[in-house]
Amino acid sequence: MDRISTAQAATMPVEFTLNGKTVVGRSDETLIETARHYGIDIPHLCYKEGMRPDGNCRACVVEIKGERVLAPSCCRTPKDGMEVITDNPRSVASQKMVLELLLSDIPEKSYTLNSELDHWAKALKVGKPRFESRHQPKADLSHSAIAVNLDACIQCTRCLRACREEQVNDVIGYAFRGEHSKIVFDLDDPMGDSTCVACGECVQACPTGALMPAREAGKIQADKTVDSVCPYCGVGCLLTYNVKGNKILWVQGREGPANSSRLCVKGRYGFDYVQHKHRLTRPLIRKPGMKKHKDFVVDPDNWSQVFREASWEEALDFAAKGLRDIRDKHGKKSLAGFGSAKGTNEEAYLFQKLVRTGFGSNNVDHCTRLCHASSVAALMEGINSGAVSNQVRDVIKAEVVFLIGANPTVNHPVAATWMKNAAKAGVKLIVADPRRGELARYATHYLQFKADTDVALLNAMLHVIVEEGLANEAFIRDRTSGYEALAENVKKFSPEAMAPVCGIDAKTIREVARLYATSKGSMIMWGMGISQHVHGTDNARCLIALALSTGQIGKPGSGLHPLRGQNNVQGASDSGLIPMFYPDYQRVITPEAKARFEKLWGMELDPKPGLTVVETINAAKKREIRGMYIMGENPAMSDPDVDHAREALATLDHMVVQDIFLTETAYLADVVLPATAWPEKVGTVTNTDRMVQLGRKAIEPPGEAKEDLWLINELAKRMGLSWNYTHPREVFDEMRQCMDSIAGITWERLERDSSVTYPCEKEGDPGEPVVFTTHFPTTTGRGKFVPADLISAAERPDDQYPMVLITGRQLEHWHTGAMTRRATVLDHIEPEPVASFHPLDLDRFQVKAGEIVTVESRRGKIALYARADEGTPAGAVFIPFCYYEAAANLLTNPVLDPVGKIPEFKYCAVKVTKGGPTPVHSSFGGGKAFSELGTV
Amino acid sequence: MNERASPKAQENRARVRATPKGRRVDPAARAEVRGLLGDAPRRRDLLIEHLHRIQDRYGHLSAAHLVALADEMKLAMTEVYEVATFYHHFDVVKDGDTAPPAVTVRVCDSISCEMAGAKELLSKLPAILGKDVRVLHAPCIGRCETAPAAVVGQNPLPHATVEQIAALVKAGALKHPAPGSRESHPQRDIVSPAYVDYAAYRAKGGYELAKTCIEGAKKREDVIAVMESSGLRGLGGAGFPAGRKWKSVAAEPAPRLMAINIDEGEPGTFKDRWYLERDPHRFIEGALVAAWAVGIAEIYIYLRDEYHGCRAILEKEIAALHKDAPCKLPPIHLRRGAGAYICGEESAMIESIEGKRGMPRLRPPYVAQVGLFNRPTLEHNMETLHWVRDILEKGADWFASHGRNGRKGLRSFSVSGRVKKPGVHLAPAGITVKELIAEYCGGMLDGHKFYGYLPGGASGGILPAAMADIPLDFDTLNQYGCFIGSAAVVILSDKDRATSAARNLTKFFSEESCGQCTPCRVGTAKTLKLIEKARWDQALLNELSQAMMDASICGLGQAAPNPVLSVMKYFPSEIA
Repeated sequence: MDRISTAQAATMPVEFTLNGKTVVGRSDETLIETARHYGIDIPHLCYKEGMRPDGNCRACVVEIKGERVLAPSCCRTPKDGMEVITDNPRSVASQKMVLELLLSDIPEKSYTLNSELDHWAKALKVGKPRFESRHQPKADLSHSAIAVNLDACIQCTRCLRACREEQVNDVIGYAFRGEHSKIVFDLDDPMGDSTCVACGECVQACPTGALMPAREAGKIQADKTVDSVCPYCGVGCLLTYNVKGNKILWVQGREGPANSSRLCVKGRYGFDYVQHKHRLTRPLIRKPGMKKHKDFVVDPDNWSQVFREASWEEALDFAAKGLRDIRDKHGKKSLAGFGSAKGTNEEAYLFQKLVRTGFGSNNVDHCTRLCHASSVAALMEGINSGAVSNQVRDVIKAEVVFLIGANPTVNHPVAATWMKNAAKAGVKLIVADPRRGELARYATHYLQFKADTDVALLNAMLHVIVEEGLANEAFIRDRTSGYEALAENVKKFSPEAMAPVCGIDAKTIREVARLYATSKGSMIMWGMGISQHVHGTDNARCLIALALSTGQIGKPGSGLHPLRGQNNVQGASDSGLIPMFYPDYQRVITPEAKARFEKLWGMELDPKPGLTVVETINAAKKREIRGMYIMGENPAMSDPDVDHAREALATLDHMVVQDIFLTETAYLADVVLPATAWPEKVGTVTNTDRMVQLGRKAIEPPGEAKEDLWLINELAKRMGLSWNYTHPREVFDEMRQCMDSIAGITWERLERDSSVTYPCEKEGDPGEPVVFTTHFPTTTGRGKFVPADLISAAERPDDQYPMVLITGRQLEHWHTGAMTRRATVLDHIEPEPVASFHPLDLDRFQVKAGEIVTVESRRGKIALYARADEGTPAGAVFIPFCYYEAAANLLTNPVLDPVGKIPEFKYCAVKVTKGGPTPVHSSFGGGKAFSELGTV
Repeated sequence: MNERASPKAQENRARVRATPKGRRVDPAARAEVRGLLGDAPRRRDLLIEHLHRIQDRYGHLSAAHLVALADEMKLAMTEVYEVATFYHHFDVVKDGDTAPPAVTVRVCDSISCEMAGAKELLSKLPAILGKDVRVLHAPCIGRCETAPAAVVGQNPLPHATVEQIAALVKAGALKHPAPGSRESHPQRDIVSPAYVDYAAYRAKGGYELAKTCIEGAKKREDVIAVMESSGLRGLGGAGFPAGRKWKSVAAEPAPRLMAINIDEGEPGTFKDRWYLERDPHRFIEGALVAAWAVGIAEIYIYLRDEYHGCRAILEKEIAALHKDAPCKLPPIHLRRGAGAYICGEESAMIESIEGKRGMPRLRPPYVAQVGLFNRPTLEHNMETLHWVRDILEKGADWFASHGRNGRKGLRSFSVSGRVKKPGVHLAPAGITVKELIAEYCGGMLDGHKFYGYLPGGASGGILPAAMADIPLDFDTLNQYGCFIGSAAVVILSDKDRATSAARNLTKFFSEESCGQCTPCRVGTAKTLKLIEKARWDQALLNELSQAMMDASICGLGQAAPNPVLSVMKYFPSEIA
């Protein structure tokens, strides 16, 4: 039998008898599932839908005629003519005895409102257990997110399977044996001291409350549940808020195409920032005479030193007037706007429309400039599409996954789970990154190449493909252009020549290139390690060339996937928050596009592309930009050489900031408009997989805070536009008129399905998870090879600044920390600013892990705690940029990639000295929220 | 514990994480682990082997070594920890815990040894040996014919006395005497009997059969047919017809593997050790023939860790075989158990060979289809293979010609308890216990009156003297709620109590339960609690026993109630 017929056979109907009645099941469907279809509920505990059945609890045993012992219905599939009895005295006796045995060993008081054991005990009328209880273990309350009460544990191993087989975080084990068998974390360590990343999948899996949200949050009955999307990263996990009053109690993962109910620590435990006391509740206007200066520490507790409260009328009028005056006095190009990849598609669309029509220029950008601008530039140039060709979960269909410059276990945790699942299922995972992350353990090949040498490594791979005849000639002939130039260019990049440059031996480069080129399906996934370099565009060009030269694109399990960072960075870019593109990547410089939008918006538009993020900051410094509207972005933390950025922002005549907290940027504003947090509004966001997903309102905003859409609309009205948008639905409908890729998605469908993949050009289209199957969306239909040469980082280490600084993120903290450092659990887990070093480097500096070091570049210096981490390459220091008290971007180099205009966040020269002042917290961060819990 | 956990004052300033989350690899521990592992592959299935290297070298497994080993093998820490804590012979020592003393004395307290005075040894030894020696009770070490038995380090001591144990400790004699050596040992002839080595085995025509087969002079079908008609059944206890097993595995897709079970742990059973110590090549030749007949790619031998002497013999003799191979040989891997009765269960053994906790698998799929490394696997008890050469040389009829009381074949009875001549007695299948005692065991010990017997080790139930005329064989005991299993017969006398035996056996099952399924994990523990009482709640015990028999995953849990049920059924006066 070949594979297809085996697969077909598995779904063939099977007729058997169930409690005397003839039923039809399938040979790949377990008895418990078939029984449920026929209205027969068999008790079960270790079985959970969607999880590999383990058959250990034995609560679901049934009798199968002719078999000596009872069989677990969760693990057995039917055979034709099988006689199955679920409810005879023999089966029920065992089912009840199992429940009674388990009941005898758990405390009477429950830790959960939804004990499955209690449910089944009640259903089967199991009385008070007749056995003596076991010796009970102590509670483990060492983790700030999760309470571990193993006295309620029934050893069903659902948590273990959640941790090891679903999330593959590999923390939970089943140790010891017999009646001493025990769920453990690592080496039976307290959960809080273990490698647990608090994804909470175990809590979601636990049937008895042995694992629960900390502080008994799960014992409060919610008033309602609201289905929504996670507000953090680009993976786009669907979730459900459990709400009581106006408070989110806890969050659970929801079945979604990107996450299948999985979440990470941020999505599951990082929601209480919305209730933080620092939330802006009234509009603020800068007090007269309060000078702006680049050197400051924001203390949101003491906002009144700088600002006064104002009514909405006053604040909006003041905000608009300031912008209007500059526009009228200094011209349309003297204004700029930064939208946000954290807002909705509808907000992004309105924001860019406001800048383009109300301000009158294309000076609109957002943080995509700081993350994947170079990737998008290369993709637009090569295949005229900036979006992913395949979705993350396609990795399971691949034979090889090549992951470079990305640390998804930290930055895209749920996406990483799919990669780990794939690796466990035998997909070859090749990880290339100067920093060794968790995924390296699952990789068949881990390439710890030298930072800054991406092109050397990738061109060497291309060299092998060309030289060894591994190129896909038919694909090159039919679907690409420019191959000859590429082939010629990579001649000089033999693996042997590049090995000393990139630090990976030639044999490994050849092996990896062959694996990638010759597999049935290869996926390339990359992150900011590729994009945030002066040669970021070149790096991405090489990746595109790998896919085009081998034909590893345009089919399931085979393609290109830049992992998008923000929850809506894909959508914000799609919606036109980019200075050179209108919505749907229609180029500002093309007359047809301009005409299309002039017609739709009824207004003449600026034919010239606007300024990018860093260009805007530079222009502000030069007083060419004098007024700005910034919504939900924090350039005073996120921009390179942030000292310079702060200085530029402080120079502005008028700055309007719309945010939920008094951020470092808001601190420099003339007027601050209190906006809504994600769970307080309705709107769509688009994830890294091109899934448009609907976020729903769960709670009311605090005080007088207003929905962002309303705010943009009000400002637009005051800028002279006759807008009257009252609901995101209306905006989305307008977007469909000018964005062909989502033209087929209706609001009703979003409300029904929560998630729709684009392209979806006609109503009813299913959406295309894999694109470029027959051609590329270029004018010729062909993909273009663009050769790349070696360019060094702008600032190499030298005697004075001998170390390399790599910046990035960490699992618990989101970007500049405005949200996550106010989320109790997240801040508690990572409370202090840290710089990671290889232990040998720390030895060299005679610094102990945990001591303070000072890191200094030509632009600034910060003091923070040293962390010993073998994953950091020797000679480098890694610093997350979320800590205001030690802002990494005071050090970074603002030099830009010439094409993508992305700054080189991943490389600059620094020096490290022992000691320095203790980082000082203002009124948040440092574990404050957690320590205040007991007193609130 | 249940009140709202308020953060402690000292947590006001949350801690700085000096390292990423969780334990980190200690460089010194890593260097030590690398030194021990050398060039050995870091494959997951070798985890238990690697743990042994550390345990043997350092006398325990420190947390630092476990973390380093996990890193070295690209495993999660907990994957290493859960395996290390599963097996009795690994001593995990966490930070701050005291490492065990350098010397461990294990005193077997399974049924035969307990009857012979193990409890007395266990109570006296700690005071005599002092705090530098750890005294542990151990489940059956397979030396029941010389009860009470103990092990000093890795040096077994039959007929153990406090004095001899103390002498071995004092002499630092912690290893089993090397095979063929003249090392001194108080019971040298018992622990190192003379054996047929490779040269001697070859000299008597050994491996000619395997050679003939492998070099193509015999037909596979013919050989399998002989095996089938001989009526040889699996001698590990389950009794599956050997020839039929060969046939069915041969029909599965290649590559196929063979796993040989020498995890002889059933209390009362020691026949495999007996044969291994005397004629180790016979089963290897049987394995080679089976491998040829079934088309096996590689052979795995799983030997219980307690058999240190046998391990040395096998290592030496397999090396000799490879050095001067009579014909082309498949790879033969010798794997070492780590102290877990459950690994005698075929699928638990497979898990253990794969380097995991010995937790039985659910069936279907059967190991013949999806076994070791998910390949079709021919699994055999060692003794089953031991008879292959004789059967093929002497013919199927030779084996089937033995038997008594209407039964066919030979059985190697491991007899222990209150008889004059305990030991392995090769007797006709179907012999009754009365005949066995009289004809093979020299009768009851003086001063002891036959009271009852265990026909099949710990799991096979307990029968009273009044039922001494039942033919002992597969299938003949089922109607009495008993079975012969591995033919471990333990004889009880009027000095013994069936209830005591049931408590001993139930405690054994409770300690040896793998902990996977509820009926066995919780059921064995609750049964023990119930029968420790003077008055038994028989209704509840019956109810619980039925669920354990019906709903446990494997034979351990299914058979664990047998002793208790036997007592209630056949020895009611003891609990009246």
